Amino acid sequence: MELRKVKFEVLRFRPEQDDEPVFQTYEIECMEDWVVLDALNAIKDDVDPTLSHRWSCRMGVCGSCGMLVNGRPVLTCAAFVRNYSGTIRVEPLSNFPIVRDLVVELDSFVAKIKSVKPWIIRKIEKDVAEGEYRQSPEQLDEFKQFSMCINCALCYAACPVLANEPDFVGPAAIALAHRYNLDSRDEGNAERFEVLDSHDGVYACSYANECSQVCPKHVDPGGAIQQAKLNDFLQWAHLLPKRSFT
Amino acid sequence: MDAIRHDIVLVGGGGAGLRAAIAAVEANPSLSVACVSKLYPMRSHTVSAEGGAAGVARDDDNLDLHAYDTLKGSDFLADQDAVEIFVEAAPKELIQLEHWGCPWSREKDGRVAVRAFGGMSTKRTWYATDKTGFHMLHALFQTSLKYERIVRYDEYFATKILVENGRAAGVAAFDIRTGKMHAVLGRAVILCTGGAGRIFPFTTNAAVKTGDGMALAYRAGVGLKDMEFVQYHPTGLPGTGILMTEASRGEGGYLKNNKGERFLVEYDYGVGNKAELGPRDMVSRAEMREFQAGRGFKGPYGDYVHLELMHLGEEKIDKRLPFVRELAKNYVGVDPVWAPIPVRPVVHYMMGGVDTDARGATELPGLFAAGECACVSINGANRLGSNSLTECLVFGARSGRAAAEFAMGSSAGSETGALEQARGEDARLAKLRGKHGGEKIAQIRRELNHATESGCGVFREEDSMRAALETITQLKGRYADVGLSDKSAIFNTEVVQALELGHMLDVAEAVALSALQRRESRGAHTRTDFPTRDDGQFWKHSLVKFAPDGPRLSYKPVTKTRWELEERKY
Repeated sequence: MELRKVKFEVLRFRPEQDDEPVFQTYEIECMEDWVVLDALNAIKDDVDPTLSHRWSCRMGVCGSCGMLVNGRPVLTCAAFVRNYSGTIRVEPLSNFPIVRDLVVELDSFVAKIKSVKPWIIRKIEKDVAEGEYRQSPEQLDEFKQFSMCINCALCYAACPVLANEPDFVGPAAIALAHRYNLDSRDEGNAERFEVLDSHDGVYACSYANECSQVCPKHVDPGGAIQQAKLNDFLQWAHLLPKRSFT
Repeated sequence: MDAIRHDIVLVGGGGAGLRAAIAAVEANPSLSVACVSKLYPMRSHTVSAEGGAAGVARDDDNLDLHAYDTLKGSDFLADQDAVEIFVEAAPKELIQLEHWGCPWSREKDGRVAVRAFGGMSTKRTWYATDKTGFHMLHALFQTSLKYERIVRYDEYFATKILVENGRAAGVAAFDIRTGKMHAVLGRAVILCTGGAGRIFPFTTNAAVKTGDGMALAYRAGVGLKDMEFVQYHPTGLPGTGILMTEASRGEGGYLKNNKGERFLVEYDYGVGNKAELGPRDMVSRAEMREFQAGRGFKGPYGDYVHLELMHLGEEKIDKRLPFVRELAKNYVGVDPVWAPIPVRPVVHYMMGGVDTDARGATELPGLFAAGECACVSINGANRLGSNSLTECLVFGARSGRAAAEFAMGSSAGSETGALEQARGEDARLAKLRGKHGGEKIAQIRRELNHATESGCGVFREEDSMRAALETITQLKGRYADVGLSDKSAIFNTEVVQALELGHMLDVAEAVALSALQRRESRGAHTRTDFPTRDDGQFWKHSLVKFAPDGPRLSYKPVTKTRWELEERKY
């Protein structure tokens, strides 16, 4: 298999020794089927073991390895080296504090996910002995797309609102709230309304739709936010809908 | 070093771990559970499971049939009492997950849909398209967020099980972000850390699957059971090892050799009329035999066969197998609607693990284990596809409840020993950062990977296994001289890799030793020098225990209830 020498400019930040982030250049031989993550792992293994980055499944589903590659938020396990020409620049996700090197702090992200109460809420919970809730394939289709989020946070790195308003609940969390609101098994619309309707909720979105552009799983969080806005409006109108209005 | 106190300490936040945590706090809402994981729980490897989760769902099915299929799949090494408990609880757990929002695929009438899977005699595999593990894990994680008594310690790496007065009293774990060691104390400990596929070079497993919980239990004196049984999945992508789900065949896909033959139909590989729906061990062996007969395709990563889905049509592929299509397109440039996918056997699952009973309890009082890191055993010598996700739920919940009961029945006693041990771990961690030494982590890992593959592959024989075991023992010696260049306390992933490598060496040694001593062929353990099953001598579980001068191997009996041993033929 063909090898190609590729230059990587990788952002380094070691808080114990660096006052501010700096770029470090590595030049390594890459196989033609390598993704950017393979190159980072090769650097870590054989060139510079002090480089820190997160990764796990290397198949685009665990959501660990999101970074900026040439300025764009991507999953590095799905970003093929052969698709880039010249030097490849790798940086941590924007809009998050850097812990070290390519690792960002995600506590605020997880807190936002939790804030929208992403679980089935019911007035009366059914006993397991009574079997499953019936849900038609059409009812499943209403929310399925919004259940595909892998929490990679690329949409938070791309969001122009979050760059200025860090408390914005953000695309992934709103899409997740919307996913539960649309689920025929759920009755938690009103509880989630409190978060979505708040100052940092759906109306903070400027609809730049960058989130949907970078989403690697086609969740379309931007679309979810717009639908959630309509839902929110209808809540105000006391219509309390259970269905989407796409 | 400071102390964090909870009632139960859980290590691992994947399918089994989160299910255990929820079961524990539901058993007694006053209990608090520390969920210690080296990653954010939704990153856990459960996320990569694709095909589905088994549980009797239809009128034409019954629990005995699921039990029998599982036992036969296990080559009769599974414990029959555990299997009966498993199949009985399976549908309830899957319905529970439905109530928690898992988006199971549905029939037109709104019932949960089931699909065919290898070794299962009827359709009983519940699925959420072909991202079942992903949806299960996220449903569990999101549901777990509503329990304030589940307190997460994300990106904390556990280095030791703390023992006080002969009982598990917590773990020593450091916050990867700060490098600070903590004694996470509790009256019961549950290990749900997954398998150890990364001891092999070519695996479907995520980077995190380094056998941590197995190694922690082993070092605490608990036996590792049936470690020789390593499952090769027949359909991994060459090079990366990315999994093409068995549901591809469950939905009607074919496996073909370079002559265009469905070799499982054309030649006798013991799968009978199950053909592509034969169990994984048999299908993987069949592929290797095809390679040996020169009927494989040649590629840069060795031989492969074709997985054909074209005849299913684009609509069915998009509806049932969209992730397979996405992965094949992205990683091998093949759209399965139009062309066959190259696949080959790839290390997928450890049947063996921490020796537990059917409540998840180990021989160390207060220590429990569940999921892939445990060996109950319901999987015996070969696990059937789609039993493992359900196993995470059933035995996760059981271990959570058992740990809750254990914690309620014991009071917090002395902490002196546990704190002392944690201080020792703090010192060990400090010494490891930037430690001088002549050996490199990546080099030892590569040599370990080479040894496991050459000794403990699909086909095994005495000499290569013995050589592998000797190599692993030597690598353990060299590991003592490993050098690290990162002195930082903050997000030092080199230190994490060094600790993981130590765990992998322990686990690999247990695999090689138990494989070498099992002089028969059973399930996934296939020896060319002992090609048949030997119930007289080897109808027993192996058990590897730590000793300072090297691992000790012993055996324990298999539990039989209602099923006689029979020849495994399909």
